Amino acid sequence: MTTSVKKTLTTLTLAALLAAPLAACSHDDSTTPETSPTTAATGTSTDATDNSTKNTPSTAGAVVFAAASLSEVFPLIASDVDYSFDGSSGLVDQLKGGAPADVFASADKANMDKAVEAGVIDGNPVMFATNYLVLVTPADNPASVTGFDSSLDGRRLVVCAAEVPCGAATNRLAEAQDVTLKPVSEESSVTDVLGKVTSGEADAGIVYVTDATRAGKDVTTINIAGAQDDPNTYWLAKVTGAPHPEAADAFIAAITGPGAATLSTFGFGPAK
Amino acid sequence: MNHFPRWAWAPFAVGIAFLAVPIAAMFARVPWSQLPALLASDRSRDALRLSLVTCFSTTVLVLVLGVPLALVIARSSLRWVRWLRTLVTVPMVLPPVVAGLALLVALGRRGLLGSHLHAWGIDIGFTTTAVVIAQTFVALPYLVVSLEGALRSAGARYEAVAANLGASPSRVFWHVTVPIAAPAIASGTALSFARALGEFGATLTFAGSLQGTTRTLPLEIYLLRESDSDLALALSVVLIAVAIIIVAISTKLSSRPTSRTPSIASDGGLNHV
Repeated sequence: MTTSVKKTLTTLTLAALLAAPLAACSHDDSTTPETSPTTAATGTSTDATDNSTKNTPSTAGAVVFAAASLSEVFPLIASDVDYSFDGSSGLVDQLKGGAPADVFASADKANMDKAVEAGVIDGNPVMFATNYLVLVTPADNPASVTGFDSSLDGRRLVVCAAEVPCGAATNRLAEAQDVTLKPVSEESSVTDVLGKVTSGEADAGIVYVTDATRAGKDVTTINIAGAQDDPNTYWLAKVTGAPHPEAADAFIAAITGPGAATLSTFGFGPAK
Repeated sequence: MNHFPRWAWAPFAVGIAFLAVPIAAMFARVPWSQLPALLASDRSRDALRLSLVTCFSTTVLVLVLGVPLALVIARSSLRWVRWLRTLVTVPMVLPPVVAGLALLVALGRRGLLGSHLHAWGIDIGFTTTAVVIAQTFVALPYLVVSLEGALRSAGARYEAVAANLGASPSRVFWHVTVPIAAPAIASGTALSFARALGEFGATLTFAGSLQGTTRTLPLEIYLLRESDSDLALALSVVLIAVAIIIVAISTKLSSRPTSRTPSIASDGGLNHV
């Protein structure tokens, strides 16, 4: 995201180059994934797509800002929508900056609350899915990790940083289970945690069950007792001054209605 | 005195505004009153200290490797060496995250070289060394490219004269090449340092992020943004300040006429070499 300007020689350009990572991350409006039928995971999800497209008014043209963890499942539920996927907090920054979106889908309550506080949300957000933490190791589990316990001691454990939703949840879980974690790295996104585990750099990582589902055979998944009692919640809301309000309503209806079946095939739990 | 067309002032103004406006907007938004408390926090201090330590290590590494590398590319007549010039620029165009992935598959635990290192008990991932490696990978090309360009356009004649007068290649290097190239070395070093200071993606992907060990200033800023984007802006002021100091020093160094270069030029020869 910061690599566009490279041949720079003046002081000011340098300062700009250095400052680039700090500016609100640019988002890619053109990320509408081409969802071919081959990517439909199961029969259920295809049915869900059919249902949503039968709805009137249609979701066509809606601009949806959604958490990165929804980038694979959302296009299967509504494919005629312009998506912009990014970290939830980055999306809140963009909305605060006046980005023209119709719908905001947050991967946690805290960021949805921030958006509501900033006055960029129209109406009440609705919870549409849940997710919980699991322990993953590389497929062959080289460090013989057996669970969320002392078998992690002296292992290269990677977790999310406390500032991001998955890290906050990890800390709550460790406290509830009375486990002291000594991670070698606290990543700023759950994707980075997963990457460190699938590449074998880390012996174990704590990610969401949906990430473990996505990684498939690349990881061994170990459930953590108590994790499902304190799930992470996903929220959906219309953005204030949405340019396509009808499409926005239709999209929210599609996700909370027929979309639930598709979400469950990706490992998401039902809203509570 | 001004040997440029007057119309150049128009794009000049647009260009300056293009660069200055976002930075000015950022400074306007920074919560200055919170800056002292932020700077006093352990996390910010650790990040600043780690950034300075790794960037200076990187700069030393870049100089030691980069100056001879640029010299060989600029002076060698071997065709395959010229081809390497293209290779050297590759890390400049790689998205930083891809640079990190490349390092991971090379030096990671299961990487090309990393798997052998792992067998010998050496793991690079998640260490400060990994940060320096990531920074050097992305910063080295900046010194090499700017220095190589300068070396190609100047100096070969003086080197040849010095060699004719009986100076050994190493003596020519230290007493002719380095003084002539000093301004380019200074500006190239500053560019590399600045690039290392702002380095983010490769570090995150290859080295990880842990306070005091791998979480440099840009990583801390990125993480801070998750909870409070205004504080992230405040901390980035520190990053910009460090960068401006470095660039100012190097501009001073590279624009000051060194005592040796002109004397060589005005002598028209190298009698004192």
